[in-house]
Amino acid sequence: MNWTLAIPEIVLSISGLIILLWGAIQKKGNAFFPCAIVSIAAFIAVGFLTLTVSNGVGYHGLFINDEFARYMKLLIIIAGFLCIILSIDFNGKNDTNCFEFIALIVFSTVGAMVMVSSNDLMTLYMGLELSSLALYILCAIDRKNVFSAESGVKYFILGSVASGILLYGISMIYGFSGGMGYENIHHVIASDHGLSAGFAIGLVFVLVGLCFKISAVPFHMWTPDVYQGAPTPVTTFLSTAPKFAAFALFLRLMVGPFGHLAPQWQMLIEVIAILSIIIGSVGAIAQTNIKRMMAYSSISHMGYALVGLAAATPEGITGTLIYLTTYLFMNVGTFAVIAAMSRKGHMVENINDLAGLGKTDPGIATAMAIFMFSMAGVPPLAGFFGKFLVFKAALAADLYTLTIIGLLASAVGAFFYLRIVKIMFFDKAAEALDKRSLSLSFITFSMGTITVVFLLFLSPMLQMGQIAAQSLFQ
Amino acid sequence: MNILNTVGVAPYMIVSAILFAIGLFGIFASRKNLIVILMSIELMLLSANLNLIAFSSAFENLTGQVMVMFTLTVAAAESAIGLAIVMVYYRNRHSVEVQDTTMMKG
Repeated sequence: MNWTLAIPEIVLSISGLIILLWGAIQKKGNAFFPCAIVSIAAFIAVGFLTLTVSNGVGYHGLFINDEFARYMKLLIIIAGFLCIILSIDFNGKNDTNCFEFIALIVFSTVGAMVMVSSNDLMTLYMGLELSSLALYILCAIDRKNVFSAESGVKYFILGSVASGILLYGISMIYGFSGGMGYENIHHVIASDHGLSAGFAIGLVFVLVGLCFKISAVPFHMWTPDVYQGAPTPVTTFLSTAPKFAAFALFLRLMVGPFGHLAPQWQMLIEVIAILSIIIGSVGAIAQTNIKRMMAYSSISHMGYALVGLAAATPEGITGTLIYLTTYLFMNVGTFAVIAAMSRKGHMVENINDLAGLGKTDPGIATAMAIFMFSMAGVPPLAGFFGKFLVFKAALAADLYTLTIIGLLASAVGAFFYLRIVKIMFFDKAAEALDKRSLSLSFITFSMGTITVVFLLFLSPMLQMGQIAAQSLFQ
Repeated sequence: MNILNTVGVAPYMIVSAILFAIGLFGIFASRKNLIVILMSIELMLLSANLNLIAFSSAFENLTGQVMVMFTLTVAAAESAIGLAIVMVYYRNRHSVEVQDTTMMKG
């Protein structure tokens, strides 16, 4: 039993508990800011720990640490870190500056990291619940806002149904394979030629639960409502860390234990990817609320990322990993701009509120334009490379229908991204937005810079992605 | 003497499938009250627990029972969080009817 494998998770959990304790015993003043600083320090420390911790399987086969887990964990830690920075000024203005916010983000990150490292259905379920339960509360954390409360209710109900279905699937897999470890499932699938009906039902139920978490069509209904209602820093977190974790599980399960069934699930993933891309792109066109538009945009991004999995090759998985990395930076940057959208202290969320931003605040408008071009996949910005790599892998795996539909839909997607650029630079100027706060400017400009110069990091990123993908195929 | 030896695992699976179906039906078909939905979610989790215990006993393998311990803890946390969220919602909207959750649409 090698407990040192989980040191990053253990350290982050203890920091979460310290934050909770400190916030609770603090009598005078608001503990939000000091707690945020502690959590930022914890995220940085855990990032370095994740880089140094050794590879291997621990806790009686429940927990695995490999290159793939390390890559995904770093993405998740960066997402949590950026989300805390984004929330520092935002939450103070919007009366959600309670220390519980920080503690919940930290615990949700721990849950996501456990999910990534799971080597057993039991770890999968516990990590998923730890991450989701914290998120249900985070969605409803703006207690006096009816939208926030409603988004909490919706996310809670649909999320619990999904985890109920997942748990039932786990019980069926256990019943028809005699164990919950991924290796055990792998052996059952590899040895048994005819797949038993109960096992297949369990497999489908588990996939449904995971599809819900990454908001792939047909399990995407909750996304627009929850994204719109939740406070913007929570939406930022919701659209990154838990999705990366669920995606990591998806990749690990599909390539590892279910690897022998690739011809069967390839078709399924292809259909899910096509539907997500189309519904995400078409649904976003009609939206007037920018957070709802970003929800549909994230649905289509998940579809593109699934294209790499549909190829079921190491190149495809590398493409997916690079896609998720670029998605992290563009997405956090866009949400930082959305968080900066306020007038006279009130949040505004309509796309038309951005009108004339190019004249009133050229800096942030340029950053937003960079994110929109990048999401539309314009070279040489970050978003282009992700799309290029997944479609290249799909072509190499002879998935021509998928590639053609994906490219056509990305042209549709370019319409609503570029419409925002048009509104910002060419429409008649609306009343200027409030002066943006320091932390939001920091996030916007650092993410904008990364999106622009991603080309320079591309070859080391590709190398890391390839090593991570290879470790999954062993 | 283990009762499973006489009846087998199939009746347990049937009961659990029925419970699961009632839970799903309660959420998607009844659409009345948020509290009813909370109860239905609990039913879904418990049906999976019944499955796990029956299999665990049939295999004489403790994994399933350990999982049930974890699931029960999670289910307790989940219903506490669910009730808290429903309370927050009620304070804002003065209703717990499902048909009133329509502030956001599109």
